[in-house]
Amino acid sequence: MENSPNNLIFKTTTVLISFLLLGFSVYLFFSGHNSPGGGFIGGLGTAAALVLMYMAYGFKTVSKVLPINYRILTMTGVLIAILTSAGSFVFGQPFLSHTFTYVHVPLIGKMELATATLFDLGVYLTVVGIALTIILSIAQDRSTSEENTSGQDTYSR
Amino acid sequence: MTNLAILPILIPFLSGVLVAFTHNRLGLTRTLAMLLAIVHLITMGFLSFHVLTEGSIVLEAGDWIAPYGIVLVLDPLSALLVLTTSIILVAAVWYAPSSVSEEQESFYFYAFVFLLITGVSGAFITGDLFNLFVFFEVLLMASYALITHGGKKVQLRESIKYVLINLFSSMLFVTTVSYVYAVLGTVNMAQLAERAAASDSPGIITTVAILLFFVFATKGAAFPLYYWLPRSYIVPNPVISALFGALLTKVGVYSLIRTFTLIFHQQPEIIDNLFIWVGNLTMLFGVLGALASRNIKLIVAYNIIPAIGFMLVGIGMFNIDGLSGSIYYLLQDMIIKAALFLLAGTIASLAGTADINKMGGMIRSHPMLGWMFFIGGLVLAGVPPFSGFIGKLLLVRGAFEKGETVTVIIMLITSLLILLSIVRAFIRVFWGEGNTGAEPAGKHGSQIFSAGFLMLFTVFLGIGAEAILPSVQQIADYLLEPQTYIELVLKGDH
Repeated sequence: MENSPNNLIFKTTTVLISFLLLGFSVYLFFSGHNSPGGGFIGGLGTAAALVLMYMAYGFKTVSKVLPINYRILTMTGVLIAILTSAGSFVFGQPFLSHTFTYVHVPLIGKMELATATLFDLGVYLTVVGIALTIILSIAQDRSTSEENTSGQDTYSR
Repeated sequence: MTNLAILPILIPFLSGVLVAFTHNRLGLTRTLAMLLAIVHLITMGFLSFHVLTEGSIVLEAGDWIAPYGIVLVLDPLSALLVLTTSIILVAAVWYAPSSVSEEQESFYFYAFVFLLITGVSGAFITGDLFNLFVFFEVLLMASYALITHGGKKVQLRESIKYVLINLFSSMLFVTTVSYVYAVLGTVNMAQLAERAAASDSPGIITTVAILLFFVFATKGAAFPLYYWLPRSYIVPNPVISALFGALLTKVGVYSLIRTFTLIFHQQPEIIDNLFIWVGNLTMLFGVLGALASRNIKLIVAYNIIPAIGFMLVGIGMFNIDGLSGSIYYLLQDMIIKAALFLLAGTIASLAGTADINKMGGMIRSHPMLGWMFFIGGLVLAGVPPFSGFIGKLLLVRGAFEKGETVTVIIMLITSLLILLSIVRAFIRVFWGEGNTGAEPAGKHGSQIFSAGFLMLFTVFLGIGAEAILPSVQQIADYLLEPQTYIELVLKGDH
């Protein structure tokens, strides 16, 4: 960042807002299944928080803090989603069947555990991965292509 | 075990993710892709056998009972189509390493190919009109990635046309699905069929049906909606051209067969004439394009269009011979188009040009290639004993039964012109003076073998017609009786 813009206020509020956003996206993720929320919207919330961080601190800094290859994240997400759905093969149930149970957790109390959450986790990872892959490959098209060393191919240009 | 019905989608989807993980290690990716494609082929072979002998499989995903949940229906028609798709997949994966550049291959090439197959198989087995739209989108997404794969200037120019026309038809598709829902109150195909048959306002249903016809006709490249197709299909790599030419238009035709035999056959006099006349014009204009072209890839691409015309005419006949002719033609055309695209790609790559006027005498150095291309032309034109003949014979019989003499004449003229277009290309490229592409086959050896693998199947479809024809006629019989499908899916307990 040779002549970095004067964005002190932006950077400072980002620290606060991105963590609020991340927390809210986790809340959205877990509230899914029975009430509004779920993997897709949770993933979009997380992606928004991450994009905000990239905007405030630049590609280089954030990729040092979060050395994630988002393409691999996407593939992992899809794989989780496929495997949890295909789990129905093992139990002889129709494809995509899900089940749930109630367990008693100390301190928290009665809690619902659903296999649909695992499927949702796959959706969540896929959405985060796809959204950031798209945004980052558009964003770093020209400005950061020389310093692009975080394992991302440059062939897409 | 109803879960078997998900396998045509699940195997390519999982394969796509697995090969995406290994995209940096090319040797591993290639082996894995080939292995998974063969596993898919074998599974589909068993599955088709199971469906043809033991009856259709219906899967209600997540145990949500039809018509409320999503159903996948693997009936004999779908089973044969996913089997054919898996055959083409094997040939494509076999051909790819010698034709696609390593850089392209490592850039998720195989992952997108498997994703395309996922969408195509899904469209073949879904029992829900909205899900048909979803699977169309899946295969279109993969096709957008594949058509621009490599990023050459000409590819980008053609892909803009391709993306725009497909976006438009997708928009029209989803709008039409909402009309269907507004009129009939469901998107489950079996329930649609039941309600459409009981409806007292066939006029509205036919109107919606004609809208849907144009959606599928755009995907299937019928007259006058085909102008975008030939040039955009020849710009990507031959493997991708082969997959597109063999699969994408045929998904449109399959959707027409499925929806118009099952649901939208309320006013036969309108619907049948629409199919027959659009089919006639598609045959004539498509083959004229093939005759006017001097580019070998373009000749093959234009030959997709008359084939679509043949299938449309068969649906319009709406009798056993016409429909079984359409289905037979559909199956054999998928394979022969893939083979011809692969062969044309090899010829162009050996000669260094696609212009047939600049080639000559190739038969001296590549006799195998030449004779395979020649046989491909005979299959396409419908010369006995090859598979094209069986399909055309059934179609002609169907047309006579229906009393459509004009259609018969157009079919015969079109067949002759197809033969002319291919044989002329054959003569220019393989006979005469000159010595194009004299260097030894080298890496092109595996290309010729993978096309030969497909040729084996078309020859089998021709010579072994006795083995397959009964099943195809059973399917046509089954399509003419929508009640069977309705009972299969809804089980009469709703």
